[in-house]
Amino acid sequence: MLQNDDTISAVATPAGRGGIGIIRISGPRSFEIAKKIFTPKIPIESFQSHHLYLGQFYDPFSDTCIEEILISFMKAPHSYTREDVVEINSHSGYIILTRILRIVLDLGARLANPGEFTLRAFLNGRIDLTQAEAVIDLINSKSEMGLSLLHKQLQGSFRKKIEEIRKNGVSILAHSEAAIDFPEEAEVMSQAKFASLIQNELINPAESLITANAGRRIWVDGIKTVIIGRVNAGKSSLLNQLLDEQRAIVTPIPGTTRDVIESTVTIGGIPLRLMDTAGLRKARNEIEKLGVSLTRQKLSEADFVLFVIDRSRPISPDDLNIVDQVREKNTLIIINKIDLPSRISKNIFDKEFRGFPVTNVSALTGQGLDQLRKAIQDCLIKDGADVEMPDIAPNLRHSTALSEAVKSFRNALHNIEQDMPMEIISFDLKTGLDALGEIIGETTNEDILNSIFSQFCLGK
Amino acid sequence: MSTYDKKYDIIVVGAGHAGCEAALAAARMGHPALLITMNLDHIAAMSCNPAIGGLAKGHLVKEIDALGGEMAKNTDQTGIQFRRLNTRKGLAVQGSRSQNDMDLYRKRMKSVIENQPNLDIRQAMVDRLLVKNGRAYGVETHIHEKFLSETVILTTGTFLRGLIHIGLDHFQAGRMGDPPSVRLSRQLEKIGFEIGRLKTGTTPRLNGRTIDYQGLTAQYGDKDPRPFSFSTAELPLPQVPCYITYTNEKSHEAIRKGLDRSPLFSGIIKGTGARYCPSIEDKIVRFADRDRHQIFLEPQGLDTIEVYPNGLATSLPVDIQINMVRSIPGLEKAEILRPGYGIEYDYINPLQIKPSQETKLIKGLYHAGQINGTSGYEEAAAQGLMAGINAVLKIRGEDPLILKRSQAYIGVLIDDLVTKGTTEPYRMFTSRAEHRLLLREDNADFRLRDIGYRLGLVSESDYRQFCKKRENVKNLMKRLNDTKVRPESGINDHLKNIGASPVTQTTSMSQLLKRSEIFFDDLRSLDQGLVDIDPRVSLEIETRIKYEGYIERQEREVEKLSRMEDLGLPEGIDYRAIHGLTTEVREKLSKVRPVNLGQASRISGITPAAIMALQIHLKRGSIIKTRDLEEKGAANGI
Repeated sequence: MLQNDDTISAVATPAGRGGIGIIRISGPRSFEIAKKIFTPKIPIESFQSHHLYLGQFYDPFSDTCIEEILISFMKAPHSYTREDVVEINSHSGYIILTRILRIVLDLGARLANPGEFTLRAFLNGRIDLTQAEAVIDLINSKSEMGLSLLHKQLQGSFRKKIEEIRKNGVSILAHSEAAIDFPEEAEVMSQAKFASLIQNELINPAESLITANAGRRIWVDGIKTVIIGRVNAGKSSLLNQLLDEQRAIVTPIPGTTRDVIESTVTIGGIPLRLMDTAGLRKARNEIEKLGVSLTRQKLSEADFVLFVIDRSRPISPDDLNIVDQVREKNTLIIINKIDLPSRISKNIFDKEFRGFPVTNVSALTGQGLDQLRKAIQDCLIKDGADVEMPDIAPNLRHSTALSEAVKSFRNALHNIEQDMPMEIISFDLKTGLDALGEIIGETTNEDILNSIFSQFCLGK
Repeated sequence: MSTYDKKYDIIVVGAGHAGCEAALAAARMGHPALLITMNLDHIAAMSCNPAIGGLAKGHLVKEIDALGGEMAKNTDQTGIQFRRLNTRKGLAVQGSRSQNDMDLYRKRMKSVIENQPNLDIRQAMVDRLLVKNGRAYGVETHIHEKFLSETVILTTGTFLRGLIHIGLDHFQAGRMGDPPSVRLSRQLEKIGFEIGRLKTGTTPRLNGRTIDYQGLTAQYGDKDPRPFSFSTAELPLPQVPCYITYTNEKSHEAIRKGLDRSPLFSGIIKGTGARYCPSIEDKIVRFADRDRHQIFLEPQGLDTIEVYPNGLATSLPVDIQINMVRSIPGLEKAEILRPGYGIEYDYINPLQIKPSQETKLIKGLYHAGQINGTSGYEEAAAQGLMAGINAVLKIRGEDPLILKRSQAYIGVLIDDLVTKGTTEPYRMFTSRAEHRLLLREDNADFRLRDIGYRLGLVSESDYRQFCKKRENVKNLMKRLNDTKVRPESGINDHLKNIGASPVTQTTSMSQLLKRSEIFFDDLRSLDQGLVDIDPRVSLEIETRIKYEGYIERQEREVEKLSRMEDLGLPEGIDYRAIHGLTTEVREKLSKVRPVNLGQASRISGITPAAIMALQIHLKRGSIIKTRDLEEKGAANGI
């Protein structure tokens, strides 16, 4: 539910765009929180508004410094939201940004809803109606697309698991609620049984969901996507097109990209961790050899492969070599340079690339980019349950809610051990279930009543 | 055709549990009221079971009492068994329940109404509302007598096009023995109300002399029965027990034999029944694996032989009812005095009323009770009381009284009805209240007494009594915080005796009480000054101290939400004109017409993005208003 006077925070820069990420905190407690997490490089008497300070991001929970950051304080009303605002600039990737944000949230800020900074800016008279309405439109269009997408993502086993835990939880809660609301009829479950149900059907599966996904890159980091192709097939240009900026150095000299370059880009709501690679070819020198072996290694770890083929040149043994390596991978063939005449033999192509999804693009002119994005989405969100993409869904909001749920379930367990009355344990369970319900957009009250009346024969 | 020469502020149609509270509230607030009923002998009739209260329902009764309603007092004066339920499941979910002498209940309420200044009663059937320019101004009866008023409150119960079913027989009736109301229902439909159909049912009544109680378990009331009303000092009637028996496979077989003549299963009954109040045949079919069902044999009064077998609601044919009853231990020779029956009736989807219970379609018309799709005496009485209060406030030109969900079960009840509507008979449960820990029976006076007093419904002496209690609670809290015990052997021996761990440092009494193993009564022996404390005061303290953390958490939640509740949505708002709402959201908002953002957010399918769009719209409105004012100011040369 929206509230307009607490302290909110979120990553304010789009995921993966550019090298700098900004975390924004807005609200009455933003300065207080910021001071707890910032260790200035040079001791500072008092911070001045609208100055940038260099220092370390300090994690008060583990008592360690995480990362060098730039921080700025903007005192109300001279800020975007007209509230006290703090902005944390970090050069690090999405993982560190998420970690920083997590700590800010743990210190008492609330994760901002989409568009919430702008809403506050409008409500506080900072921006005009047209701008505010534009933001609403953006949120609506995003959430329309996002909804269907989120829906599809959540079709995966992640949603199924959450639903299962929640279903079990509702059924357990229905026991205590029935005992409360029908004291003369419903049977009271023994405390031991109650506790073991909470442990085994709620806490254990919810925790394993958290740990299983915490270990996974995609949980915080996106789908590991490798861009591969012959030397000078246009991989870096393509990456740049997807990132809208010059991230990798693009030159016509073959073998320019020697490092594996990583960026995160969100396509249709799905975070992709893009890795540009050195082109695969017979290495001519030691440095290239290193680059090529690095590429091979990345390829073996990839969840998803974008295989770029230069259509201005005939299919080469290098291309065929790559095909052999990606056959087992979820791979999208990208025919690049459609601005140039094709020199690919249709016969060879049909024979060697049978079964792969294909899309055409010009990384130079940008022609075909929308189709490319669509093709990427189609590869990642296939209908049917066999797709191994369940781990796309969980984002920070989801993991926060999951941890919240586990905390409440643990409280319930603790309170059972403390012999607290049933209404308190019910309260804890309900709080936990509400948190799970937030992930999949369900509310709990009516569900409990439905569960009570389907499980028990009650009513005189 | 004639018009009665006296004009009223409020006319209440129907003298059931809703109607009585509505009429009394209006008259007590000083506004001339007329209560019209089809039968003056049936005022406040308990058409179903002879009991008041229960979980969540007991809470409602206490709230009605705190606001100055009559139900709790009437229950105390006519109660023949009082029990407090859930005493071990927590402090907030304890509910009071009573068995009542049905005849005395009726008679006492009738007498209260007869003796209420400002309140007239009349036996008549209302056929028609008088409506002009979208405004109700009175009613017309079936003998064409007109009564004029500022407002009308409809509390029609099960009477609108009531249809009774017993087996495959059915006939029109408002209740067994009373005629239905057909014309009024037709008129409401013609006016444009969306009308639905609900179903409820009741049990056969048995001749108590033909019941063999030997071998049945008696269920007695509490040893120290506690009244419902905060004002009741003493319970006048003797307490009697109920008895418990069970159906068995033989009963179930008898029931199954009658299913082919069941109006419920043959599709004759179209109305929706309540899941929490299933007929016995419904239980047998839906829970086929259960080998028995509990039956409570409840006396209908002190000097009647009629017994209410709670748990045997049925609309099966009477021969099946007899076989079923006689298959049950203790009832082998039981005679049925009145058969059980099902009844279908019209209700008006409560999405069509405002939180004040005034209809959106007709100004000055209020709905309360089963007409809004609820079931239960207590739910009806709560709505009746609020409708009566709000009709008066409307006449006075004041803002309606809308209780918050965090303030009262009454608030939860009405908010649920007007925000979500209902498709089955709605009953209150404690699980419907998200702020359950705050809404306790025992603190209903702390929550609502001030309001009742301000409205003029709570008497001066009752209010003074409450103020004293409030003062005592405050003082006792201070005393418990200030009184400290040291880790001395005397103290620790005492703690050991009551099974509590010893204190290791100076500890206040309130800290001691916070422990789960120590109760207020244990403190009495530590501090002589606590011996004479009124249990009602100590219970309040005990709850506040023991639940401190949880209560604070819920209060913080409420505090957060209250800001949304404070953002009002103007009545005439055009949702089609608001930027950024989807068609579905627009339709829902236009139908419910929420009064504030909080209510809007509770409508199913209303997204956070929609709430954001509403906030922007509201802010925009206020900017325009300010600008207009400034421009006007400039024009006026200010």
